[in-house]
Amino acid sequence: MTDYTYTLLIPLIPLALFLFTGLTGHKFKPVVSGLIGTTGLFVVTILSYMTAIRYFWTDHVEGMGYTSLKAFETTWIHFSDKLTVNLGVLIDPISVMMLIVVSTVSFMVHIYSLGYMKGEVGFARFFSFLSLFTFSMMGLVLATNIFQMYIFWELVGVSSFLLIGFYYTKPSAVSASKKAFIVTRFADLGFLIGILMLSFMTDTFDFQTLVSPTGPAITQVGGAAFLGLSGITWALILVFMGGAGKSAMFPLHIWLPDAMEGPTPVSALIHAATMVVAGVYLVARLFPVYSLAAPDALHVVAWVGGFSSLFAAIIACTQTDIKRVLAYSTMSQIGYMMLALGVSGYGGHDGLGFMAGNFHLFTHAMFKALLFLGAGAIIHAVHSNDMKDMGGLRKYMPITHITFLIACLTIAGIPFLSGFFSKDEILTAAFHHNMPLFIIEFAVAGLTAFYMFRLYFSIFWGKETHYHHTPHEAPATMTIPLLILAFGSIFAGYLPFHELVTSDGMPFEAHIEYAVAIPSVLIGLLGIAIATIMYRKQTEIPQRLATGFGYFYNWAYHKFYMDEVYLFVTKKIIFNYISRPVAWFDRHIVDGFMNLIARVIERSAYLIKGFQSGRIQQYGFVFVSGTIALVIIFIYLW
Amino acid sequence: MTGTIPLQYFLIISTLMFFSGIFGFLTRKNLITMLMSIELILNSVNINFVAFNRYLYPDNLHGHFFTLIVIAVAAAEAAVAIAIIINIYRNFRSIEVDKVDEMKF
Amino acid sequence: MNILTLFVLIPVLTTLAIGFTKNMKQTRLVSAVGMSIQLILAAILVFMYLGERNAGNTAEMLFTYDALWFPSLNIHYAIGVDGISVAMILLTAIVVFAGIFASWNMDFLSREFFISLILLATGVFGFFISIDLFTMFLFYEVAVIPMYLLIGIWGSGPKEYSAMKLTLMLMGGSALLMVGLLGIYFYSAPSGGQLTWNLLEISKITIPIEMQRFLFPFTFIGFGILGALFPFHTWSPDGHASAPTAVSMLHAGVLMKLGGYGAFRVAIFLMPEAAQEQAWIFLLLTSISVVYGAFGAIWQKDLKYINAYSSVSHCGLVLFAVLMMNQTAFNGAILQMISHGLMTALFFALIGMIYGRTHTRMINEMGGLMKVMPFLGVVYVIAGLASLGLPGLSGFVAEMTIFFGAFQHTDSFHRILTIMAISSIVITAVYILRVVGILLLGPIKDDHYLHLEDAKWHERLSTVTLVIAIAAIGIAPLWLSDMINVSLGPIVDKISITGFQFVSLF
Repeated sequence: MTDYTYTLLIPLIPLALFLFTGLTGHKFKPVVSGLIGTTGLFVVTILSYMTAIRYFWTDHVEGMGYTSLKAFETTWIHFSDKLTVNLGVLIDPISVMMLIVVSTVSFMVHIYSLGYMKGEVGFARFFSFLSLFTFSMMGLVLATNIFQMYIFWELVGVSSFLLIGFYYTKPSAVSASKKAFIVTRFADLGFLIGILMLSFMTDTFDFQTLVSPTGPAITQVGGAAFLGLSGITWALILVFMGGAGKSAMFPLHIWLPDAMEGPTPVSALIHAATMVVAGVYLVARLFPVYSLAAPDALHVVAWVGGFSSLFAAIIACTQTDIKRVLAYSTMSQIGYMMLALGVSGYGGHDGLGFMAGNFHLFTHAMFKALLFLGAGAIIHAVHSNDMKDMGGLRKYMPITHITFLIACLTIAGIPFLSGFFSKDEILTAAFHHNMPLFIIEFAVAGLTAFYMFRLYFSIFWGKETHYHHTPHEAPATMTIPLLILAFGSIFAGYLPFHELVTSDGMPFEAHIEYAVAIPSVLIGLLGIAIATIMYRKQTEIPQRLATGFGYFYNWAYHKFYMDEVYLFVTKKIIFNYISRPVAWFDRHIVDGFMNLIARVIERSAYLIKGFQSGRIQQYGFVFVSGTIALVIIFIYLW
Repeated sequence: MTGTIPLQYFLIISTLMFFSGIFGFLTRKNLITMLMSIELILNSVNINFVAFNRYLYPDNLHGHFFTLIVIAVAAAEAAVAIAIIINIYRNFRSIEVDKVDEMKF
Repeated sequence: MNILTLFVLIPVLTTLAIGFTKNMKQTRLVSAVGMSIQLILAAILVFMYLGERNAGNTAEMLFTYDALWFPSLNIHYAIGVDGISVAMILLTAIVVFAGIFASWNMDFLSREFFISLILLATGVFGFFISIDLFTMFLFYEVAVIPMYLLIGIWGSGPKEYSAMKLTLMLMGGSALLMVGLLGIYFYSAPSGGQLTWNLLEISKITIPIEMQRFLFPFTFIGFGILGALFPFHTWSPDGHASAPTAVSMLHAGVLMKLGGYGAFRVAIFLMPEAAQEQAWIFLLLTSISVVYGAFGAIWQKDLKYINAYSSVSHCGLVLFAVLMMNQTAFNGAILQMISHGLMTALFFALIGMIYGRTHTRMINEMGGLMKVMPFLGVVYVIAGLASLGLPGLSGFVAEMTIFFGAFQHTDSFHRILTIMAISSIVITAVYILRVVGILLLGPIKDDHYLHLEDAKWHERLSTVTLVIAIAAIGIAPLWLSDMINVSLGPIVDKISITGFQFVSLF
């Protein structure tokens, strides 16, 4: 066992950066905060890669499985004799993989932001929030127990809130940040209750104990059944609800498209590559429990994932805001990952889905961050998010164009790029375990290729719009991250994930199954071909199709009216039909009752105040008659 | 002398005086007459004091002392009362007791 | 001299010293010095207490002192503290300290103001150190009565009405409480012998169950009124809305805690059997408080009303936890009292500061204040996040402890109420973010807000003190929760839970 205590620095450096730039950022020139943040992140990235190399290769004994180990742990609070919350650092294949994802993308985004955010008001604030986010995300990834994960889960949520609402004078950004926070908070309610149930049943928060095949969560499947599902199944479904909220799964996805109000680097970091996959990570973390103790909960995961990916892919085909298209695409891809986990079994080749889900998480982080950063460069150049304002940009922005194209090809699943490998594994897993879901995913693969190339052609080809000023290629601080990520998108697929990240820590044999791979590549190419016909040159076809599909198109364009449903629930029901009557009830009934008591006393005082007439003779009369009465009582009646 | 007039006679006289005082106090509207009624009450009490002292404790003088104190207090009280009545007259232009009912509620 | 007596003596001396001051500057200086000493003393007390405990002193109460005060009723001036009271004393000292600096520019009758304020604090400190029920009640009244003057004279809006309402309702509570306490006193020696007011001595005996059934509601509701128990909470929104800043801070921050502390220390501790029998009624009421307060807050437009309703919700959680009657929940209740005390004081301080600048408390008349007063804005956001239970700030620790405690009951009645209470964290998020969104973010509504100044030094001192306390508890709760836990041991032993057995849901 080797010493990994230094990994504690990975979350602590960003925390220190956050406090430092947050408290003193306004004292320096903005760029200083940016450089400090980026340098710090560079160190974090180095440490992460070092950890990964050590964990996966140098310290690894050939032929042995990968075990999880605690590099550090300290007590945070005792809830009761049995339940203690610790804070610590857990090193195992998926956490190390996430370290790479988070540090790489975060570092790239830091560099990119130096250029993208240049001259913005609150530059220092932006970097301090980024550090806060990186800290929280690292804490989440390295959590040794589910409660620590919940702690950082909330912190990630709040950093997302702060970053979405970065342009806080813009009402739409404010409401988007509010929405994101409240929706995920609602999902976290489920997560929290799930944790409560899980910890109540197993008396532990610790991941190592929970996921151990001989641990209490798996062996003592206690608790009475409720609605036909066991207690642990309910607990895990509720935990998944938290994950679904953070990962924007249907029906808790509505915050994600709106979250695009945040600065684009933030969208790339939080809402594409890292935070939104936290839900996948959570399920992966608890995977043995899901798989061995609550397969029903795993089915829920699979179907929610599958449905969300289809749902989002359909919506993505109709949107015109490029960031929203990417947001729905993210949702769709995360659906893939969830589905992969959902159809997976435990151990050996059965755990293909688990590996594939994590693999896709990894490759997706690369190419989706690349897409978002590319979109940021485009927005930076044309000052618009709408693809109607774009077209023919390939001449002005060659680097962005090439990298964007690579990313689009990757996500479309073109062979030899990373997306192909991971997506293919997912489809294989689904093919073996769940045919209906395979068919859905197969269709989604085609849709994905289609909407991505719709996006690509509308931006870089098509009719050339008249720009107010000539668009220009982004500065080097922005293009270098693009190139690095493009490199990652191409080659990440060659990592031997089936040896490194597996459900039980043991490597297994995986190979490309041509029965799945060839059709999936073909449908990808078909999607690209259709997009090419429709959008390469400006044509009438899209318009005609839109009218042809009529209602359906409108439904999809309006995101199936999910926002309206939510608005109805929040604005109408919660505000108007609960909160308002409660406020009224409180002021008029409860308080009215108190006032009524006061009133009654006041009224009775009015009634008896006539006795105090001010007439001395009346007082005298009462006095005398009273005395006489008393005398009579005492003498005769006693 | 003890045998000549029975105690009841004094008590009857004082009771009559007391209740005429009470009656006068409760019915007369003029403040001066009311004051006079109060004097009647006080004096009826004085008679009682003296009479009881004489009949029950002939060796003591406590009853007499009380009577003297009452007379002194009554004098002082009359002085104060008349001063108040004068002030009331100045303020209300009347010494009708019904008009003086500001002290209420 | 006993260190605890100093906690009463220093405020009294401070008020006397204020009597000799000539102008506002001297007055506030004297108050600030007095309360700073008090704060330092509280910190010393914490260290002394922990030192004693580490030295192996396992007595239930430390630093005890007992002097016979009124022999014929056997009333003592009996004082002593355990971890719970130490924590509450520290809270009070912090809030009072911050309150003095928050009312730094009180220029109207400043001497009288600071005297009443510190008198109120005296009552609170006295309450927390007392272990004699009568002395405790006495200090309780000392704390409640200056409130009337403070709101009636220095308040705003319909201040006479609010002051009257608050005082009358709290006095009504005191009346119920007095019945309860007298009852406890007269049954404090069921097997004959000297009757006693002493908390520890009474805790050794069992009050006859028939009497407990009768006395428990009196005591619990008596304290509960001060702890904003539904439906006796309506003094709180009006009272807080009319009270001047420092008074709101003290009132919501510490005075309402007297209710929770008393309900726990007197009602539950001395009458556990009746508490278990009747808990379900009050549990219903408190869970209503929690959800209802939160929903009530969503619709309000006045900042202080929002915060008052939020206090109803959070203090409801305190009583809710107390009624769950297990160690974890008790611990959570105490933590929640401290956490809520700090953050609500911070809220009221900020509201006062914002009101002092914009001269309105209506959120729809304000907007974009973050731009003009970033310091206050950021602190407001921190307070809001603490209130909605963000990890790293105190609210989270307290709420989680409560939820975990409450979840230990396995019957469906408790489970459902617990889940109801947990759902309040979402509603809290809704109203907090709504306020933050409308008040601080977005474009600036009114041009003359552009010239407003950010916080002055005394305002920064006041708020930063509270923020540090909130963050300290939130980041490292272990020492505090352990300090409370150790003291909870004997209490839990006495209560020895049997609990309800309803149908098991999970």
